Amino acid sequence: MAKSFKPSVITANALLEGDVVYLQGDVWVRTLEAAEILTDEADAEIRLLEASARVEEVVGVYLSAVDTTGDTTKTTHFREAFRATGPSNYAHGKQESA
Amino acid sequence: MYAYTDFDANFLNERNAQFRSQVERRIDGSLTEDEFKPLRLMNGLYLQLHAYMLRVAIPYGTLNGAQMHKLADIADKWDKGYGHFTTRQNIQYNWPELRDVPDMLDALAEVNMHAIQTSGNTIRNVTADHFAGAAADEIADPRPVAELIRQWTTDHPEFQFLPRKFKIAVSGAAHDRAVLKAHDIGLQIVERDGERGYEVIIGGGLGRTPMIGKVLYDFVSSEDLLPTLEAVVSVYNLLGRRDNKYKARIKITVHENGIEDIRARVDARYALIRPQFTGVDQQMLSRIEADFAQPSFQTKSLAAFESAYTNDPVFRAWADTNLADHRETGYAIVSISLKAHGATPGDATSEQMRVMAELAKTYGHDELRISHEQNVILPHVHRADLPALHAALKAAALGTANIGLISDIIACPGMDYCALATARSIPIAQEIATRFDALKLEHEVGPLKIKISGCINACGHHHVGHIGILGLDRAGVENYQITLGGDGTEDAAIGERAGPGFSADGIIPAIERLVMGYLDLRSEPSETFLQTYRRLGLAPFKAVLYPEGKANAA
Repeated sequence: MAKSFKPSVITANALLEGDVVYLQGDVWVRTLEAAEILTDEADAEIRLLEASARVEEVVGVYLSAVDTTGDTTKTTHFREAFRATGPSNYAHGKQESA
Repeated sequence: MYAYTDFDANFLNERNAQFRSQVERRIDGSLTEDEFKPLRLMNGLYLQLHAYMLRVAIPYGTLNGAQMHKLADIADKWDKGYGHFTTRQNIQYNWPELRDVPDMLDALAEVNMHAIQTSGNTIRNVTADHFAGAAADEIADPRPVAELIRQWTTDHPEFQFLPRKFKIAVSGAAHDRAVLKAHDIGLQIVERDGERGYEVIIGGGLGRTPMIGKVLYDFVSSEDLLPTLEAVVSVYNLLGRRDNKYKARIKITVHENGIEDIRARVDARYALIRPQFTGVDQQMLSRIEADFAQPSFQTKSLAAFESAYTNDPVFRAWADTNLADHRETGYAIVSISLKAHGATPGDATSEQMRVMAELAKTYGHDELRISHEQNVILPHVHRADLPALHAALKAAALGTANIGLISDIIACPGMDYCALATARSIPIAQEIATRFDALKLEHEVGPLKIKISGCINACGHHHVGHIGILGLDRAGVENYQITLGGDGTEDAAIGERAGPGFSADGIIPAIERLVMGYLDLRSEPSETFLQTYRRLGLAPFKAVLYPEGKANAA
């Protein structure tokens, strides 16, 4: 039996800067908080295909499940949490602009 | 050190121009990512978790002051003001932007440096004993032959698409500081009946299936070395498995076919290609050897050194841990620790790089080395200059006296940076170092190598750590497995897994129990952790690691 679809965001790395981006509408945004949450599986699959075709903007597009039960969007795996925040040894990456 | 010829400089400029054009074509959409990826990897450019990462080769770990200055300038101009020195004697920049990378490569070319073959399924940066040319226990400097191998491997048309990456290390010393037996090919310079030659070890490697290398030939003469290496890589290129990435390294080829079978194939291939080697390589080697002539050593009074050693306990502690014997009377090999307690292992700021470059110029015959243990070496310093050198290092937060001790930890970048990682390594290293510094125990504990990898690929060499730590993802939580008794020297051994893993919170107390347990178990203060482990085996260590009822099963 197929697993039930979990709310997800579309994420990738920006081609030029290399940093983590999320899709909001047609726009790549730089924070998880700003990402669009996709709740319908069929819609998510189509959006993923469309996003994957944007090869001049991003690299490595995929769907990442999120937890939307609290006040803010949370990642469901620690790898995604590091992608969303940056490294733990320096306040670099997304922590610099936060 | 090796001086580039016009041929070398032209080759590098042409290659950089090619890559600049490839980057432009990727950005304008003429190249897809699938087309571009192998091209960028050939030039050391990865796309990691948060950003691109540029891995720059430091061939056999040797640098001069001008090169170190350039690395600092690149860190400031195109990165975040620091660099990370790796277990392959390379430097990595963690934050470059794609458009800037061609300029970074051009800047490197100004000082005869590059990022070629620091990734991809090619022969990677050749590593060597970081004490090469200085060590008291050395038969010959391994760097000239390492340079010859670098030239032979660079853009070698037959070896650009090997089944998997391929790593070569060379040492000329009796004590193996280059982890030869964990390499695809390890070369040990030996002497037989007055003739200099090479013991050729193949099929070693760490990663998912760790293997200790096996001796293919116990003596290969200098003129037969390149044809032998070419025969080995050629046999591997055809026989190595391309159906399964995890079985593609030569260690598996050797394991599956047996060393006898491999030797027969290499012999046959060697017989076929030997006539193509007409001795040009030996002429090149002689020219390279001239570039590695030893510096003009001086005689100076040791009074300043002796006075500082007697009167300054901080200097004495540093001298006792961070100096090694030099072959020249009055000189010492200085290891500069990039492992200040709580800092990221292997990281140096641009300012620290400049300080080290200037100190090398002033006190060290303009030579620096990067060790696979992620420290920086000044190989030729007169003892008379050590007090002044130490004072300058201290002022730059580079005076940590911990070489070979528990806080001198190898750690890969782990999940803080690496796209392949399954758990973090850096914070574990930081916390262990900080904890044992607070306990003021590390000099009491003595020589102990902790090595941490954030995934099974083992860039952190955990299999050959006296204590190895492997970070894994267990059901969505970071989990750390401990191995014990590993050794990366001439007595190479793969560590034994101690038992179930520990959580990120549990791993530091576990290491503390282990080290406290060792202090109780050792027969006398001079018996090292590794000696105690070899004498007693796993059982007593396991008992302290997993006290009854506290086992933290993974």
